[in-house]
Amino acid sequence: MNYVLQNALDTSGSIVEVVIESGRIAKTRSSDLKHEVIDCAGLVVLPGFVDLHTHLREPGFENSETIRSGSMSAAAGGYTAVHAMANTFPVADTAGVVEQVFRIGKEVGLVQVQPIGAVTVGIAGEQLAEVGAMHHSAARVRIFSDDGNCVHDPLLMRRALEYVKGFDGVIAQHAQDPRLTKNAQMNEGKLSSRLGLAGWPALAEESIIARDIMLTELTGSRLHVCHVSTRRSLELIREAKARGIQVTAEVTPHHLLLTEDLAESYDPIYKVNPPLRTSDDVMALREGLVEGVIDVIATDHAPHPKESKDTEWASAAFGMIGLEHAYSIAQMVLIDSGASNMQRLAEVMSTSASKISGLSGQGNYLQVGSLANLTLVDTSKSWTAEAQTNSKSSNNPYVGMDFKGSVVHTIYDGEFTLRNRMLRKAEIDV
Amino acid sequence: MSDVNEREIKKLPTLRGKTVVNLFFEDSTRTRISFELAAKRLSADVINFAAKGSSVSKGESLKDTAQTLEAMGADAIVLRHSSSGSAHRLAHSGWVRSAVINAGDGSHEHPTQALLDAMTIREALVDEPIGADLSGKKVLIVGDISHSRVARSNLILLKELGATVAICGPATLVPVSLSPTGGIFYSLDEAIEEFGPDAVLMLRIQSERMEASFFPTEREYARIWGMNAQRLARLQDSSILLHPGPMNRGLEIDAASADSTKSRILEQVENGVAIRMAVLFQLLSGEKGGAE
Repeated sequence: MNYVLQNALDTSGSIVEVVIESGRIAKTRSSDLKHEVIDCAGLVVLPGFVDLHTHLREPGFENSETIRSGSMSAAAGGYTAVHAMANTFPVADTAGVVEQVFRIGKEVGLVQVQPIGAVTVGIAGEQLAEVGAMHHSAARVRIFSDDGNCVHDPLLMRRALEYVKGFDGVIAQHAQDPRLTKNAQMNEGKLSSRLGLAGWPALAEESIIARDIMLTELTGSRLHVCHVSTRRSLELIREAKARGIQVTAEVTPHHLLLTEDLAESYDPIYKVNPPLRTSDDVMALREGLVEGVIDVIATDHAPHPKESKDTEWASAAFGMIGLEHAYSIAQMVLIDSGASNMQRLAEVMSTSASKISGLSGQGNYLQVGSLANLTLVDTSKSWTAEAQTNSKSSNNPYVGMDFKGSVVHTIYDGEFTLRNRMLRKAEIDV
Repeated sequence: MSDVNEREIKKLPTLRGKTVVNLFFEDSTRTRISFELAAKRLSADVINFAAKGSSVSKGESLKDTAQTLEAMGADAIVLRHSSSGSAHRLAHSGWVRSAVINAGDGSHEHPTQALLDAMTIREALVDEPIGADLSGKKVLIVGDISHSRVARSNLILLKELGATVAICGPATLVPVSLSPTGGIFYSLDEAIEEFGPDAVLMLRIQSERMEASFFPTEREYARIWGMNAQRLARLQDSSILLHPGPMNRGLEIDAASADSTKSRILEQVENGVAIRMAVLFQLLSGEKGGAE
């Protein structure tokens, strides 16, 4: 199909006409083609969102999410690409598993599903996984992570960083010292002490980040720091970037919005890894995002079935969903706060992530000839979050919260996956 | 309530027809028996449900267990659980309508213990105890403050009652974020010398703390933080000694102190039954409703 999107604003605030022909951005309408003209007055056109950190749970945990349901949630949230985390069952530590995830993602067809490969076999932190085979597979894996587990062995981390240099790979580290966080339940501080929940010191994150930055400098490789959550982590990354070390960082929507105080309810819907921190950390993360110390907002969308959260705090699973809330939180933090602008929002939601991952078809915005991956948003639309989203799970900490700004259309490789807030049907029923 | 304990027939008909479930996910014979006696003194029916050897070890959740017991007609659930906040969660999650009584949740709180401690301190130190608070009294809590639900509940209640509270223990077991009105001490000798407590509450030391390197050995712990005859002698004549039990004799408290005239440890046990009767009475004699 060929489309013409009229009257939308681009990220600089100018009215643009976007022509899409056979899936790609065209300069002008070809007179010999038929176009569907769509009025987008009042909407802002953005590059399609790219999530660097999504748990699609398939294979193995299909009771939480499937590639299909996760793709639906992603399209509804304005995403045209998601990076499927490796902690599935079996773990995505071989070419076979990543190719399967990649292929099912393609069949579903709602969003580009780019697998992330495990750094170590079974994300067990002992032996390097076949990262080369995963890179050279059909899935073209470039980002490797043992997410959920930290690659805490310094020698193994060094080897991983060195090894992936051969194909410009990146190690995405879940920075968490396992010894300092044994049985940890929430941010360590006055509140954890009062609530009697084992504390998770900020240092457990910061010490690993400091070490990894030094290893990255030593090896000349690339490090991506997952879900940064503390002020000091941010300072370490700022300093490393200033020294020219190839480190990038992400922050989750929930760490930009929610604080540890929510643990006071003992409702494990707020239990997440890394834990919600203090309001001072939230302010620091917001500043870091505006400033550029943090490169991307990544959701860490982590679906869990109801029974995993319908328990006392200590027994509950870590994690919360967020694919359909990320944009509104980004708008709140960057635009409505007056702190930044739409260009920066486009970077943190799309272009920076596609660069880190090397996705050539994503984040090109309105560049003529590129695949049309676009998201159109209504910045003035107010809405209230409900428990049910397109995700299969409803471990949703935002229920009842009022948001401003919503995704209206998502265009993936030139076709609508979300149109007027209605999802296109997935290609397959899994 | 404590008078009932002295009577020939130790029973009141108040809660006849009510059912109290002791739902214990952790071993605690003393607390369970104390709640059981309290309920029986008030003529309630009592069911004891211990986690070990039951469906809980087969993976049944807190929610399912509590709902199952309520479906059998429980009016109150007395919960002991290793997870902090579990009683709060049970009371506020909408899982059950029964009254929920916290009999100790992880390292969070143990409210009835604090109530019985306060009652014991008041009986011993206040001339006209009924209706009085503890203003002007100095209470020292010694031991593993970080992991102690007894310490947490006492810190809240004693402050509320106007007492000055100090804490003492190895720095690894005293949370820095606490700021008790009486201060923090890292040696028991200094605490006795400088704080001059009217009541000293010794906490039980769990052996797993030593295994996790919170302190090097039991001998060293006893030497620096244990109550013994010499330290007891340096307390004021009127001062009293408390311990929530069960005691590790020779570790946090030696035999001479435990059995001394300053010891109010058996009074604590006695008051425990009365306090728990009062709690059950407050929650079950009126309208039905969930509270902690």
